[in-house]
Amino acid sequence: MQVELVSPEAVLFSGECSQVVTRTVDGDIAFLDNHAPFIGALDIGQTQLWANDGVVSLAINGGFVEVSGNSVTILSDGALAAQDINIQDAQSDLQAAEEALNADADDGAAANAKKWAETRIQVSSAV
Amino acid sequence: MAGGQERILRRRIGSIDATKKITRAMELIAASRIVKAQGRVQAAKPYSEKVTDVITNLAGGGAGVDHPLLTTAEQVDRVAYVVIAADRGLCGGYNNNVLRAVERAIEADKSQGRDYALVLSGKKAAGYFSFRGYEIHAAYEGFSDQPNYNDAKAMAESVAELFESGQVQQVQLAYTHFLSMGSQEVAVEQFMPLEPSEIGADAAEDADSGGYEFEPEPAEILGRLLPRYAEARLYAALLEGSASEHAARQRAMKAATDNAEDLKINLTRIMNRARQDSITTEIMEIVSGAEAMSQDDDDGLKDIIEQSLEGSFASLASDRNDA
Repeated sequence: MQVELVSPEAVLFSGECSQVVTRTVDGDIAFLDNHAPFIGALDIGQTQLWANDGVVSLAINGGFVEVSGNSVTILSDGALAAQDINIQDAQSDLQAAEEALNADADDGAAANAKKWAETRIQVSSAV
Repeated sequence: MAGGQERILRRRIGSIDATKKITRAMELIAASRIVKAQGRVQAAKPYSEKVTDVITNLAGGGAGVDHPLLTTAEQVDRVAYVVIAADRGLCGGYNNNVLRAVERAIEADKSQGRDYALVLSGKKAAGYFSFRGYEIHAAYEGFSDQPNYNDAKAMAESVAELFESGQVQQVQLAYTHFLSMGSQEVAVEQFMPLEPSEIGADAAEDADSGGYEFEPEPAEILGRLLPRYAEARLYAALLEGSASEHAARQRAMKAATDNAEDLKINLTRIMNRARQDSITTEIMEIVSGAEAMSQDDDDGLKDIIEQSLEGSFASLASDRNDA
């Protein structure tokens, strides 16, 4: 199936894939060829694309996925490919977010920041 | 004396030449940036098109059109203007065109008894409105050259908050639409509430839902998607503004360079004439001096004068070659 990963600034990936795994707000979901039409909101998490030349792994900071007519479109305003992740930044962000959460456990922005930092670390360390 | 004038002219030509080099450099830089900026405008298109597609499909899937961003107020008391101008000047009428259009719109609103709120992008916009005593709600600067998505996001969030909290009932977006290298147009468009027809959400009733599955509920996805749509739209306006800015700057700097060239040619002519005048005067002085001497019948002296005449012709000739 045809897969496109689009950010506001560029088309980050466009090509043929055999499988796509991503995470919607309700949980992980996988798409194979000829999946039924689907629209979902993406959570902060890892997305993997099984392309012809190997698995592409990305950290997604929220977005949307649309599946129709054997093509998958992922829209995200915060997507980072594994090789573009700065692990030091992610770790320092994680630390800052944890400190903010210790001070105020209900801080939603900090919770998201923590999740985003963890996702980046997970994606970059999986390579 | 004439030599003094010549020196003054030479200095002016030198300074015009220096200015010309600067404007020429700015022209070339702007020209190279237009191409980049246009590329960014193009690169941003797939995203906003896909977002619009998804909204259309969501509406077809039965997502209600009752999001705050889609709600039109019954009465409009206050209108917010999102103004996209440049951080720097020297770009012809680019800034003034947008700013005047906004000022006119505000005047028109005032005559209908509506208040205004200003959200500005670009140093020049902030300068213009604060100088004229307008109240500025928020001003952003530092990215008019090369806006990125996070800039648009920050702006859109503050505008959406203004709108959703009910402080303003309408938001207008004023920017310069980039039609082509040679033509850009100021556009003042409604930004919020979002027009259901524009985003395809009005297709709700008659559209075929296409058997979509949704996760989570369509209405919730729409709620998440609409702010992204607003961001993408603002981002597109910022990008078009930056492309227009570079195009305007390129034109203005080309005109300035051509002007400097004309001025230089004119001044060089005037300077040459002044130099020639001073040479003529000098020759006249020597010749009349020689004649006065020859009447004193001293041939020895005449020889000396002739020699000195030859000498000054030689130096004049070399002078001319230098020039």
